[in-house]
Amino acid sequence: MIWFIFALIVMAGLAWCLRYAGQLASGNAPMFRDMSFGVAFGYVLGIVILVWLAWAYTQALSDDPAVANKFFFLKAAIEWFIIFAIAAFAFKMFGQYVGTDGSRKLFRSMPLTASFGLLTILVYIIVAIFAGVIAPYGQDEILQGVAANVVAGGDPALGGDPNYPLGTDQIGRDILSRLIYGAQNTVGIAFVTTLLAFFLGGTFGFLAAVLGGWLDQVLSRMVDVLMAIPSLIFALLLMTIASVWANQWGIPLTYFMIVIIAVIDSTRVYRLARAVGQNIVVMDYIEAAKLRGEGLVYLMFKEILPNATAPLLAEFGLRFCFVFLTIAALSFLGVGIQPPLADWGTMVRDLAGFINYAQFAPSAAVTPLLAAGAIALLTVAVNFVVDWMLHKSSGLKE
Amino acid sequence: MSDLLVKIRGLKLEGRSDETWNPIINGVDLDLHKGEVLGLIGESGAGKSTLGLAAMGFCRDGVRISEGTVEFDGIDLIKASAAVKRDLLGKRIAYVAQSAAASFNPAHQLIEQHVEAPVQHGVRGKSESAEDGIELYRKLRLPNPDEIGFRYPHQVSGGQLQRAMTAMAMACRPDLIIFDEPTTALDVTTQIEVLAAIREIVEEFNTAAIYITHDLAVVAQMADQIKVLLKGDEVETSDTRSMLSAPKEDYTKSLWAVRSFERPLKAPVVAGATPVVSIRNVDAAYGKVPVLHDVSFDMHEGRTVAVVGESGSGKSTTARCITGLLPPTSGEILFDGQPLPSDYRKRNKDQLRQAQMIYQMADTALNPRVSVGNIIARPVQFYSGLSGKELRKRVDHLMDQIELPADQYYNRLPSELSGGQKQRIGIARALAADPKFIICDEVTSALDQLVAEGILRLLARLQDELSLSYMFITHDLATVRAIADEVVVMKDGRVVEQGPKQEMFQPPHHPYTDLLLSSVPEMDPDWLSNLLAERGVDNIGDAASEKI
Repeated sequence: MIWFIFALIVMAGLAWCLRYAGQLASGNAPMFRDMSFGVAFGYVLGIVILVWLAWAYTQALSDDPAVANKFFFLKAAIEWFIIFAIAAFAFKMFGQYVGTDGSRKLFRSMPLTASFGLLTILVYIIVAIFAGVIAPYGQDEILQGVAANVVAGGDPALGGDPNYPLGTDQIGRDILSRLIYGAQNTVGIAFVTTLLAFFLGGTFGFLAAVLGGWLDQVLSRMVDVLMAIPSLIFALLLMTIASVWANQWGIPLTYFMIVIIAVIDSTRVYRLARAVGQNIVVMDYIEAAKLRGEGLVYLMFKEILPNATAPLLAEFGLRFCFVFLTIAALSFLGVGIQPPLADWGTMVRDLAGFINYAQFAPSAAVTPLLAAGAIALLTVAVNFVVDWMLHKSSGLKE
Repeated sequence: MSDLLVKIRGLKLEGRSDETWNPIINGVDLDLHKGEVLGLIGESGAGKSTLGLAAMGFCRDGVRISEGTVEFDGIDLIKASAAVKRDLLGKRIAYVAQSAAASFNPAHQLIEQHVEAPVQHGVRGKSESAEDGIELYRKLRLPNPDEIGFRYPHQVSGGQLQRAMTAMAMACRPDLIIFDEPTTALDVTTQIEVLAAIREIVEEFNTAAIYITHDLAVVAQMADQIKVLLKGDEVETSDTRSMLSAPKEDYTKSLWAVRSFERPLKAPVVAGATPVVSIRNVDAAYGKVPVLHDVSFDMHEGRTVAVVGESGSGKSTTARCITGLLPPTSGEILFDGQPLPSDYRKRNKDQLRQAQMIYQMADTALNPRVSVGNIIARPVQFYSGLSGKELRKRVDHLMDQIELPADQYYNRLPSELSGGQKQRIGIARALAADPKFIICDEVTSALDQLVAEGILRLLARLQDELSLSYMFITHDLATVRAIADEVVVMKDGRVVEQGPKQEMFQPPHHPYTDLLLSSVPEMDPDWLSNLLAERGVDNIGDAASEKI
C-alpha cells in the first residue's frame, strides 16, 4: 500500500517535470503551455505501463521456466498484438492501392482498428465458407492411433505432435479442424439468426412507427414483456421445451434455436427500428408521400428504410456479436449446437479443465483458450467495424 | 486611436472537410473602437459567424486560424494561453447566440445561469449578481423583472429568452459583445422589442458590439459601421448611413436591390367565379385545444393568396386542414365548388393530386437517400402511370421548368445541392403531380435574400404559365408585397383582416395589421428611433400585440 502511494507521488512529480521540461524545450508551445496536469499525469502513466510491459516481455524470455511461465500469456498477447497491428496496416495499404476509387478513398480514411476488424471478418468468412477444403481432418473424425489430449505447439518434448499443431481434444479429434468447422457452424448459424431477428424486429418496428396508435401499443407492450425476462434464462427455458418437440417431430434442435434466439433478439431490434422510424416519420418527405396517397409498404421500405440503414447496420454488427455469444453460451451449457458438430462454445466447455494447468504448463492450458480466443477476436473485430460505421454515419468527422 | 478595442489584421481561417483544409475567411481586417457597434452582413456561408467567433479568439471544431492576428485591447488572442483567454471570455468578451432556447440549460433557472459568469470571474458575489441581474432584466424591460429570473427557460417566450440572454452577456459589464443573429428566429413583432432593448443597453453601458445578421434592415438600426462579407472576402466597409445611401460595390448594390421585386397587379376576380379552393367557417383543434376559429377565405385560379401572421397564429394549421392532415372539427373545404373529404385518407387519387405542398425546410422535405430525378419521377409515375422513356421525358421537362438541367442534376442526392436548388426540387415535385393549387409554406424563409428572390420569380413565372393558385404562408411582409394578389392576416387562429393587396397596404388598417406593418424594419437607420418616438416603448412588440 505504501509502495503504491509512493509510486503515485513519484509519478505526479515526474508529470510536473515532464510538463515543465516540455515548456522549456519547446519554447512554451501551446501544446505544453495549455496542458493540464491530468494530461501530463496520463502521459507519465502511459510511459510507465509501456516500460513495465517491456520488462515483462524480457522476463518471459528468461531461462527459468518458473519465471517464464508467469509471463507466457503476456508475451503471447504482445506478440499477437504486434502481428495483428502489422497485418491490419498491410491490409489498409493493400486497400489503398487496389480496388475502385470509392473503395480506395474508404481505406484511406479508415482507422487502423477498422481495417483490423474488416480483415478479421474477411478471414473468418473465408474460413467458414471453405472449411471443408482448409481443414486437414473432419470435424467429427476421431483419429485412429493418435493419443487424446495432445498439447498444442507441436513440440514432442512438451507432449505435442507436429502433425496436429493445435493438438487434439479429449477423444482424439484434431482441434485445428474443429476450430475451422466451428467457424462455419457458429458464425453461419449466428448470421442466419441475426438476419431473421432483423427481419422480424425491423418490419414490426417500422410498422409501429408508421401506424402508431393501438398497434404500436400492443406490439410495444408485448416486446416489453419479452424483454423483462432475462434473455439467456428465457432462451434456456424455451430450448428445454423445444428439445422435446425436436424429438417428437424429428426436426433438428438447431432450427428451434435459430427461431428462439431470433425472436428474443428481435425485441431489441424492434425498439431501435421503432425509435429510428419515429424520427423519420415526422419528416416532411414522409408527409409528402402520405399526401400523395402512397401505401404502407412503399412508406416503410422506400422512404423509411433507406434512411434507417446506418443505425440498423451498426446494430446488426452488435446484435450479431450478442447472438453469437448467446449461441456459444447455450452450447457451453449443452443445449445449443449438438455434438458431434464442432462449435466453439462446446469446445471451450469440453476442454475447460485444462485452464488449471496454466501456471505449470501454459501450452496445455492454451487448448480451451483457442476457441474462446476465436470468439473474442470476432467480437472485437465486429465491434471495431461497427464503431467505425457509426462514426461515419453520424457525420462526426474529426 | 487609443480606444481601439479589437484589431484584426489579415485574418485567414480554414475549415476541414473531405480530408483537406479549405479557406473560410481569406484575409479580413477589422477595427472596432470602444462603444462602437459593427454590423457583419452576408449570405449564409459567407463566414460571418466564423469571423465573429474568431474575434473572441475562438474557433469551432474543425476550424483553424492559419494566418493573421487578432488583438483584443492589446492582447494577442491567438498567442494567448488558455488561462488568459479563460479570464477574458465571459468577463470582458461575451457572446449572444442565435437560438437562446438552445443556449440556456433547460434544467436551471435563468438567474442561476445568469450569476455563473460573475461569480466564476470573481466580479461579484452570488446574491449581488442576482440583484444585478434583476436590475438588468428591468433595464431590458422584461415583464415582472423581480420574478422572471426564477423561471426555467421553457417558461418564458422566445423574445424574453433572447433578452435574458443579453442580460446574461451583460452580467460582467463586458467591453465587447458578439451578437450572432439574435433576432433571426423571432417574429417581426417580437424582434422589434429585442432590437430596442439591445440597442438601449449597449448604448447605456457603452459596450462595443459585433452584430452578425443577414437582414440589412435590422443591421441598419443597430450598427454604426457595416462590413459586407461574401464567401470569406470583405466586399466593403463603411459607416451605416453612407453604406445605405451610396453602396459602392456591385454585390452590395445587388443586396440592396433584392427588395425591389414586385409583381404587377392583376385584374380583380370576376364576380361569381368559382374559387379553386374555398375554406368555409373552418374550426380545428389539436386534441382538445382549439387552434382555428371560423376561418373562411377563397383562392381563385391563377392568383396568390398570402396568409400572414406571427408563429402560432394558425397559418400552417389552416394548410394542414386543407391537405387533410388535420380534419377540421367543423366547417368544410370546397375544391372547384365540390366538398373535399376532410381526412386525406378518404380522398381519391385525383383529389390528392390537385392540391400539392411545398415545404419550408427543403432539407426535411426531400428524402436524403433518393436521387433528385427519382424524387420528381415518383409523383409522375404514381399519378400518371408513365414509365420508361416517357417518364424520363416528363421529368426532364419538369427539371427544365425549374431551371436545373436534368443532364447535370438527375442523379444527384439532395445533400449535393444548395438550399435554393433543393427548394426548386421541392417545387418540381409539386408540379410533377400537375396540380391546380399549391400550398407554399414559408418556402423562402430559410433562404438567403438573393436566392429567395430567385425562388419567388420562378413561382411567379410558373403561375403565369400554368395558371396555378398559390396559398402563400409567410411571416415576411416583404415577400407578401412581392408576390401576393390577396392578403389574409391571421392572429390567434382567427382571420383578422383580408382583401386585395393594394387595399391591405393602404390605411385604414385593422390595429393588428397596423402593428405588423409598422414592425417590419425598414432600410432607414432612423426607423427604429422614429418608431419608438411615435409609438412609445410600451406600445411595440408582444405587449402591443396582447392589447389587441
